[in-house]
Amino acid sequence: MTPMHKFLGATAALALSAGAALADPGLIIDLGGKFDKSFNESAYTGAQKWVEDTGGEYVETELQSEAQREQTMRRMAERGANPIVVLGFANASTLEKIAPDYPDVSFAIVDMVVDQPNVQSIVFAEHEGSFLVGVMAAMASKSGTVSFVGGMDVPLIRKFACGYVQGAKSANPEITVIQNMTGTTPSAWNDPVKGAELTKAQVSQGSDVVYAAAGGTGVGVLQAAKDEGILSIGVDSNQNYLHPGSVLTSMLKRVDNAVYAVFEGGAEGFKPGINALGLANDGVGYAMDDNNKDLVSEEMVKAVEDAKAKIMSGEITVHDYTSDDSCPAS
Amino acid sequence: MILPKWADVVLIPLINLFLALFVSGLVVLLIGEDPVNAMKIMVKGAVGSTYGWGYTLFYATNFIFTGLAVAVAFHARLFNIGGEGQAQLGALGVALVCLALPWPHWTLVLPFSILGGALFGAAWAAIPAYLQARRGSHIVITTIMFNYIAYALLVYLLLGALKAPGMAPESPRFPAGTFLPNARDVFDMLGINFARSPLNVSFVLALIACFLIWLMLWRTRLGYEIRAYGQSEPAAIYAGISPFRITMIVMLISGALAGLMGVNAVQGEAQRLLQDNVLGAGFVGIAVALMGRSHPVGVLIAAVLFGALYQGGAELEFETNVPREMVLVIQALVILFTGALDNMVRGPVEGAFLRLGRRPAPGAAAE
Repeated sequence: MTPMHKFLGATAALALSAGAALADPGLIIDLGGKFDKSFNESAYTGAQKWVEDTGGEYVETELQSEAQREQTMRRMAERGANPIVVLGFANASTLEKIAPDYPDVSFAIVDMVVDQPNVQSIVFAEHEGSFLVGVMAAMASKSGTVSFVGGMDVPLIRKFACGYVQGAKSANPEITVIQNMTGTTPSAWNDPVKGAELTKAQVSQGSDVVYAAAGGTGVGVLQAAKDEGILSIGVDSNQNYLHPGSVLTSMLKRVDNAVYAVFEGGAEGFKPGINALGLANDGVGYAMDDNNKDLVSEEMVKAVEDAKAKIMSGEITVHDYTSDDSCPAS
Repeated sequence: MILPKWADVVLIPLINLFLALFVSGLVVLLIGEDPVNAMKIMVKGAVGSTYGWGYTLFYATNFIFTGLAVAVAFHARLFNIGGEGQAQLGALGVALVCLALPWPHWTLVLPFSILGGALFGAAWAAIPAYLQARRGSHIVITTIMFNYIAYALLVYLLLGALKAPGMAPESPRFPAGTFLPNARDVFDMLGINFARSPLNVSFVLALIACFLIWLMLWRTRLGYEIRAYGQSEPAAIYAGISPFRITMIVMLISGALAGLMGVNAVQGEAQRLLQDNVLGAGFVGIAVALMGRSHPVGVLIAAVLFGALYQGGAELEFETNVPREMVLVIQALVILFTGALDNMVRGPVEGAFLRLGRRPAPGAAAE
């Protein structure tokens, strides 16, 4: 189930003949799988879009276990893929070790900073995007209680939670926010059953809007929300289509755009260093489409757009959990 | 003995292997891929480059340790399927040694990390061994349950005491002084260009372990006692061999061997402690010991074969639409044919040798 695809387009031959030494970019899909409907899928979508637009080819492989990271990264590099995109913070320590071995290959890592001369670290302002959906959740809630289901309990996910709480409190200072994490190991990214259980527990505590930032676990959260008749908020990819009429919105984290940009730049246009993506450069946002237009009132859109403008202008500062490992709101 | 020794040791395993690969080819065909091409990719991926050899022998190193662990216990008719957990604990022992001091050079740390891995692995095997020897709790059940306890213990430690700053549940990186010399560095000194791979000096350690285990089993009094106990417990008791003592010693040796895998996997490759440092090598060790007929040389050959299957399988997955699970199918078929269906081949081969034997040998002088 982990094929390495070769995407050949009509123009690929032209592109190759134009620059014989042109290397194909590579993408390593992380644990959880290509079709997790969330984080990994967003990256895959970006790569697919690049293929459609440019007709290029890229090398792709999917991790099956934690300990394969090193071999897979080396394999990509040995094969001549350049630049190589790896997804997720769990790759950081491996990449730190591998990158110096291949000084001519460019790497990009999503969600973590790796300080090496040939690595681009792509980080997102998830707290800002979560703030926006927090505003929307608080306005949609009738019970005055909303909730959050995180994947693995790491600072990155607490950053989502913290932004969400701040957003909800800004719209309704009286609101109660329940928070739960699925687990403490990487298996928490792919445990939809536990996600559904946590959601049901939160519903019994009065929550009527649940925000899932849990990778593949979120599928269970969204399903349980629909079964219980409450609203849910998806994450990373646009998940509105999963349960139309139940998914209020999705906090978009444009991993697809980031992957696209790295692929587009190729080895020549590669820029090492930190690449921070936030509201201002459309790195994060919220999803509106036909599936959720009946759930989101004009008033909500107005409030969210207002908050967005204020964050961008600096009038509202959303606290970033990872900056000091603490959250002022709870 | 109907069969000459070479047929028993070489011919029959080869026929078994060929049959396994043939059936695997049929399965590959069934999922719509070209089996000849798949086989080419696997062979080329495993032994067609220094990169392939590096990974093949790296995996083989793991399998030699776990295979020897199972083989030694087999000689005393003890089925140690706790290699997985013992190797996890061994990895922990190695990691603790590596993290304990800012080691200046690998030659200083290696004796201690070997000791750490062996001690922790042996300690993990000691409890099921004691339960078997004194209480008669079946070792198959207890060792397999200890695998889960080992895994839970590692998760607990990696979320608490041993966790590195950051988000992933893993230990801090070991100091640079603990890094073992890589095959690339060694071949560089000889002027040979060897691709980057995690193959390291632990491979030599595995070869030495093979030799020492052979020496122990067939050239020492202890080895004789172990084999005697394995052949017949009442006879061994009659001869004054203590079942308690043999069970404990064999399991301690077995656990220590499994624990030594940590030197290769943790100190040699990952250079930090992860949640799963073993990746099923403990279970592959059972297959390796079965195929290698519990003889150190057989274990060595079987381990290299399984290393090649692992590496070739990774390559197959990378290059084609054949899923990684397919490699498991191939491994399972190899185990099935070499272990369970051995007699299916043995019968006809013996028959063929008997028929050949009746005829006068070619070249024999005609009367």
